[in-house]
Amino acid sequence: MSLLDFYARNSREALGLLGEHLFLVVISTVVAVAIGVPLGILLTRRPGWRRPILGFANVCQTIPSLALFGFLIPLPFIGGVGARTAIVALVVYALLPIVRNTYTGIVNVDPAVREAGRGMGMTDRELLVMVELPLAAGVIFSGIRVATVIGVGVATLAAAVGDGGLGVYIFRGVSVVDDTLILAGALPAALLALAADGLLGLVERRFAWRT
Amino acid sequence: MTPVLEVRGVGYQLPRGGRSLVTDVHFGVGAGETLVLLGRSGSGKTTTLKLVNRLLEPTTGEIHVAGRTTSEADPHRLRRGIGYVIQDVGLFPHFTIEQNVGLVPRLEGWTPDRVAARVRELLTLVGLDPDHFAGRRPHELSGGQRQRIGVARALAADPPLLLMDEPFGALDPITRVELQREFKRLEEQLRKAVVFVTHDVREGLLLGTRIGLMQDGRLVFVGTPGEFRRSDHPECRAFLEAVA
Repeated sequence: MSLLDFYARNSREALGLLGEHLFLVVISTVVAVAIGVPLGILLTRRPGWRRPILGFANVCQTIPSLALFGFLIPLPFIGGVGARTAIVALVVYALLPIVRNTYTGIVNVDPAVREAGRGMGMTDRELLVMVELPLAAGVIFSGIRVATVIGVGVATLAAAVGDGGLGVYIFRGVSVVDDTLILAGALPAALLALAADGLLGLVERRFAWRT
Repeated sequence: MTPVLEVRGVGYQLPRGGRSLVTDVHFGVGAGETLVLLGRSGSGKTTTLKLVNRLLEPTTGEIHVAGRTTSEADPHRLRRGIGYVIQDVGLFPHFTIEQNVGLVPRLEGWTPDRVAARVRELLTLVGLDPDHFAGRRPHELSGGQRQRIGVARALAADPPLLLMDEPFGALDPITRVELQREFKRLEEQLRKAVVFVTHDVREGLLLGTRIGLMQDGRLVFVGTPGEFRRSDHPECRAFLEAVA
């Protein structure tokens, strides 16, 4: 059976899984941005926290993703079988690139620009909002882009904890040794990753200030 | 007449018992005066400048700006009332020239019309056509034009005191001389109190109404350019011989 035949017969299910997949990636990226950007800003204000926090985020990133889903299942409140577990795991993966790029983007703002701003009497908040964040926006968006692309891939594992998404086809295909079924999950996931990359890349370029 | 800036016995020591970068510095600068702080790299010129607008906090002594003790002022309000020009200019690349020049007035809550009028006035003052430059961004300008904008920005809220840290140091020699001459003319017209840091003796002698020579964190000589030329202080001689 060809891939097109498969989609023609299972269009409702396929679209449903694509929707679940998108939902997982969007929610987890939004949560990761909401946590990661403020955390990255905090690290620029508390240099002593940089090593422990970036170190911890780094360690999280090294946990094999399937293992992370497995670890989370038995945990109370955040674990269990279902969307919550998958979202927590995806947020953990998305955090590092977002925190790191927020921190790096702000720290790499031209020191002369920062000194001029402070010398003209800008408060720390004014400097952050009017200067540092706009100038770091390109780097921050590049972190969000990386996080999203990783998220699209990792979200295929959500199926392992019973949370649907395009991984359902992949796992099913692997268990019955059906290449078409594996492709039915993998191909749209790959296209989704490319689309997210392209779209967020456009946003990123919008913030490339010439100096 | 009381000076615009009075520095009394000011010192700065690095935190946690570190080295003293500035020790027991006294000077005053009145309206229309330009005090050039001359000295080698690491002699404490820039540190002294930053103590005035509290980018660094003095560890000893007192500073008065326009009759007020700086340590009692809100540091942000204090800095908005002092023009500050640095070698690397530090224009905001995501702001237009108009937004860059109008920054302090906007922070101070001026109405947009008043800011716009002030920006036009300042651009004209530093020799840049407002119609041509106001809407541009810093990367479209040459080095000399950028530092003209840097000076305009420092003058925006009409502060009585200007602090300038090697403002023309990064420019090519011809542009540097142009800007030095323009600045001299501007200062004769505006009569601000200026503290001008440089290690270039010629620049100091051209622009300074007085020269303050710094060595190892101390102000070892203060006098007019004429007095500086005649001084037999070894560090004065060393600087003069370097350009003889």
